Amino acid sequence: MNKTANFASLLQITPFALVMLLLVIVPLGIIFVVSFFDYGYAQIIPSIIWDNYTDIFFSRVTLDLYITAFKHVAIVWAITAVLGFFIAYYVIFLVQTNFWKAIFLMACAIPFWTSGAIRMVSWVPLLGREGLVNQALVGLGIIKEPISWLLYSDFSVLLSYVNLLTLAMLGPIANSMAKIDQSLIQAARDQGATEWQTIREIILPLAKPGIAIGSIFVITGVMGDFFIVKKMSGSQINTPAGSIMNMITALEYPPAAAQSVIMLIVVLGIVAAILRVVDVRKELTQ
Amino acid sequence: MVKINDKRMSRRTLLKGAAAMAGTAAGAGVITGFPTVWAQNIKDVTITHIGSIYTTNPTVAAQAAKDLGFKVDMQTLDQTTQINRMLTQPETVDVTDFGNTAMGYFKGKNLIMAIPVKEYKWWDQTVPLFTKGTYPNGKPYSMQGYAPIKSQFWSSADATDYSLTPTDWIVGIPVMYNADTLGVRPDLVKRPITSWKDLLSSDFTGKTALQDGVGVGVPDAANALEANGDLTYVDKGNMTRDEIDKTIAKLIEYKKAGQFRSFWTDFDQSVQLMASGEVVIQSMFAPAVTEVRTRGIACTFQGLKEGYRGWYIFQMAMKHLDSGDKLRRDCVMEYMNWCNSGFNGAYFSRQGFYSSVPDTMKKVLTENEYGYWYDGKAATADILDPFGKVMEHAGAKRDGGALWDRMGNVGIWNTLMDEDRYLNKRWQEFISA
Repeated sequence: MNKTANFASLLQITPFALVMLLLVIVPLGIIFVVSFFDYGYAQIIPSIIWDNYTDIFFSRVTLDLYITAFKHVAIVWAITAVLGFFIAYYVIFLVQTNFWKAIFLMACAIPFWTSGAIRMVSWVPLLGREGLVNQALVGLGIIKEPISWLLYSDFSVLLSYVNLLTLAMLGPIANSMAKIDQSLIQAARDQGATEWQTIREIILPLAKPGIAIGSIFVITGVMGDFFIVKKMSGSQINTPAGSIMNMITALEYPPAAAQSVIMLIVVLGIVAAILRVVDVRKELTQ
Repeated sequence: MVKINDKRMSRRTLLKGAAAMAGTAAGAGVITGFPTVWAQNIKDVTITHIGSIYTTNPTVAAQAAKDLGFKVDMQTLDQTTQINRMLTQPETVDVTDFGNTAMGYFKGKNLIMAIPVKEYKWWDQTVPLFTKGTYPNGKPYSMQGYAPIKSQFWSSADATDYSLTPTDWIVGIPVMYNADTLGVRPDLVKRPITSWKDLLSSDFTGKTALQDGVGVGVPDAANALEANGDLTYVDKGNMTRDEIDKTIAKLIEYKKAGQFRSFWTDFDQSVQLMASGEVVIQSMFAPAVTEVRTRGIACTFQGLKEGYRGWYIFQMAMKHLDSGDKLRRDCVMEYMNWCNSGFNGAYFSRQGFYSSVPDTMKKVLTENEYGYWYDGKAATADILDPFGKVMEHAGAKRDGGALWDRMGNVGIWNTLMDEDRYLNKRWQEFISA
């Protein structure tokens, strides 16, 4: 590469590098530094202490927080992966015209048509003790007493996650599937493959990068959420992100920063593991 | 010539100000409270008031601008954002307001101005809750939690620490106050509720809720635990570590047994919980009770034998005003005096809050309104909310009776404890349990 080309490419990456530096690297650096500071009432005291980290590492609460979060991640990931894969499969391969494909994909975005706060409040008349679901079940004679675990429980938190994050999984998978050469599928059918064999041998391997990207969205979405878990559990379930939010509300920034650093490492670890298993770069360069 | 050194004033407004000064000779001194020479250039002043949803609203801002001749830019923020804004960009704020759960943050911060008592013209008519630290009958009130007298006075003009005895410098002007209790759905509870311990009663397992926080939820829970005989405290509003440990342990026990349906973080949630019948007894704020009732659902908010949980909101001026533009500081003081002069107080009185200067309310509320809201009398005609919607019909009486029947029986005040750091840690455990 000659010098001019080198200079040109440097010039090209400069704006993005600056944005990354100023809006991502520097703030993260500040968070890291603050995580070692002492604190008082609405006050950050710049003297180094280890308590913020020892509190995290030697507390039973931390373990509980991460167990809860990982449980949520595992369940939501499994459900959204299955749902996302099969809905995408249906839309891409079984729906014939592009018009209807677009309509179906757009329909998947319906949960996003309203604001988060309203969406959360709307679950109450549906899932509450006096809600529609309970009324229907009691009315049909299936249950005698209204079920209370439909709302303010693990169930309602997971339901809300699935409701919102299935689209995040479905989108990338549908994108991967749309890129699959139809002649491959035709060839498989010509060889006498059943529908299931085609899915397993052809579509699933080729959709892997989409699944990986969708998984990153879902996992970071669940790990980073404090709003849904707070509202849907009635503040009765705590997660690492929820605990960070509680500390911020109490104006306790140093311990919140320490918890954020730990969480960042954990989430980056998960993402790195996914990227090791699936070569996403291949997908992006296709 | 008035010195204008406000950064936000552009060259254009400066020129306009100068032109206005030139025109002052024409004598347009219609604005009350200000010397005539100021009347023209104050119209270019905009003061920024950041506050809660209860203290900032467009109706009052518009009336203030109309009455005072300068603009008041009201901004509604949540408490965390509000404090951050004051700490990081103090010069963008002129007036701010906070309740007792935040007053502990401002000691030694060099943020809030010491207001000389003589500059606040309603002080002599202010209820003694604030001026003397007593009820009007001279009796002392409960000092559990952040009682008004604990954050009303600066110990000296340098505004670093609070004084428990009156001084010449006030931290803020008292705006509104109230006494909260448990909200109850009488149709679903089906028995009289007389004590805070009913929050923990097995009659209501899975049908109770608490405010989610250490400043209100914990005092409510402590009230219930003490009433129930589970624990005793020296000061529920300022617990020792040992008391915090015991409280959290007990609460975890109740939580695991399924006593609580939910913990709410905002007004709408508390309304929703009550209106939907998910919860039949819970921590509640007065306007949320009103909101449930305007939906035609019975909801009571009566006194309990352990007393009410009291709170208040102070309006404060930022310290930078003392060293900045004199005109701006004068406008701020004029505005703060205006806030307790009638209109604003009438507005929030119609939401069920009390004015710190009840006498001024007699002039702006109708006799029927004053009787209903302040004297605990039966309404003689429909009671309207600030938006003109009918809230109560003739014959209705306010829960808890007259002002001092409610406010004169405070058991604990909303709080910020000395062991806040420890309490927050333990509260996380409670939510995680």
